[in-house]
Amino acid sequence: MKILVPVKRVIDYNVKVRVKSDGSGVELDNVKMSMNPFDEIAIEEALRLKEAGVATEVIVVSCGVTACQETIRAGLALGAERGILVETTTELQPLAVAKLLKAVAEKEQVQLVICGKQAIDDDANQTGQMLAALLGWPQATFASKVVIADGKASVTREVDGGLETDEFTLPAVITADLRLNEPRYATLPNIMKAKKKPLDIMKPEALGVDVTPRLKTLKVVEPPKRKAGIMVPDVAALVDKLKNEAKVI
Amino acid sequence: MSVLVIAEHDNASLKGATLNAVTAAVQLGGDVHVLVTGNNAATVAQSAAQVAGVAKVLLAEAPHLADGLAENLAEQILAIAKNYTHILAPATACGKNVMPRVAAKLDVAQISEISKIDSTDTFERPTYAGNAIATVQSADPIKVITVRTTGFDAAAATGGSAAVESIAAVGDSGKSRFLSRDLTKLDRPELGAAKVIVSGGRGVGSGENYHKLLEPLADKLGAALGASRAAVDAGFVPNDYQVGQTGKIVAPTLYIAVGISGAIQHLAGMKDSKVIVAINKDPEAPIFQVADYGLVGDMNVAVPELTAAI
Repeated sequence: MKILVPVKRVIDYNVKVRVKSDGSGVELDNVKMSMNPFDEIAIEEALRLKEAGVATEVIVVSCGVTACQETIRAGLALGAERGILVETTTELQPLAVAKLLKAVAEKEQVQLVICGKQAIDDDANQTGQMLAALLGWPQATFASKVVIADGKASVTREVDGGLETDEFTLPAVITADLRLNEPRYATLPNIMKAKKKPLDIMKPEALGVDVTPRLKTLKVVEPPKRKAGIMVPDVAALVDKLKNEAKVI
Repeated sequence: MSVLVIAEHDNASLKGATLNAVTAAVQLGGDVHVLVTGNNAATVAQSAAQVAGVAKVLLAEAPHLADGLAENLAEQILAIAKNYTHILAPATACGKNVMPRVAAKLDVAQISEISKIDSTDTFERPTYAGNAIATVQSADPIKVITVRTTGFDAAAATGGSAAVESIAAVGDSGKSRFLSRDLTKLDRPELGAAKVIVSGGRGVGSGENYHKLLEPLADKLGAALGASRAAVDAGFVPNDYQVGQTGKIVAPTLYIAVGISGAIQHLAGMKDSKVIVAINKDPEAPIFQVADYGLVGDMNVAVPELTAAI
């Protein structure tokens, strides 16, 4: 069984983003970019399934600008076999990405797609679900435990009140939650080896996908700033403020 | 113009988050219908019919609809989707699971976690862990939307008198099956809807200390308990306590953060709280930059003192 893992290049999770003064978006120039943290977890799970003998090959795919090759190489350094970049400078929204991934999944005849549950930049939490819908496959979202046996995936999912376990017929799409695993680090020899692994580049047109954005971003602004607070010297002062100033208790 | 709201429920009672989604639907204008899918869910449909602003409740019942599996729920929504200009669900685990599936089958973009409605096609939504607010416009014929519940007040649960109409249930997809559920038993207010939240982080030290320190304070305030990712990862409390970008988004009247440093991802989940109190021994902790009242000190002393003083 082949597993496809989509990865996204995003602003590093530790960076405090700055909104551009013209309201057109956030500042991306000279900002540290990394692989979306949820996607690292997705790769780790795919690699573990390969190491357990469930999967035969792990393919990493990314959609976007040329620099996404670095993100794919990072995935190859972790242990994936090969990479695919669907290259475009058009702004890609989840529906377009899902359509591109559908084309790649069908071309590569994969049985399982494992993606992150959301990207930490657009916070959409849509692509895996959309991909499953387009492929007509079941979806196991927000996975914190995956067991694959007999053509089925039994997946424990993080839901609002706790955990829920459901069974899904393969082929399927799984989206990874933070608790699914602890991703490994790439070693230097593996980073060197990853440079020689195959990385195919294709265009959305070659896959027959129209990637025109459906949502128009009119503006991006900073959220309202909170008024600076005060430090209180002791608990008595805190209780006094909460009772008499903020009037919340 | 007609707006469909997908009800969230457990076949026995309507979840509070649905009421916030109804408020968003009412703001859009037009007739507001609520879809209840489940099994033996007539009482839920009756509750939905009493929600102020709801014009009609559609009820689809079948055993395979009981557990809200996305494969079946999406088909049920799609069966009636073409009658509506907007389809809304609360941005809960259930709403986030099913709505993108519906949108993709309709070949429209989904708009996640809207926090404000500017017009019938223009919405505001937080991105980058709440550090940027994007205003987006959709040209799609059907707008498929999840609603950030803290962005909209809850609609009144009574005062409405909508008719309940049964509709045909779709068939079972056969692609997924519910196995089991392991829910955290809470005798406290639900985190998402609580007026007061007491939340603990790594600084609390242990699960034992978390319960010993924070529960009496929460009891006294009638508060829900929350946690940072660090506290969850360390095993102090279950995952569903987590407040933040990847956990629950909350906006209570009072949020008390104990032993929480205030990472970007945690702030994303609570910085819209009305009043934030931080108790931390590190005066440099970023949480103090968003706290209305900060107290630098040992929580093992300060929290019991606070519990005793209120």
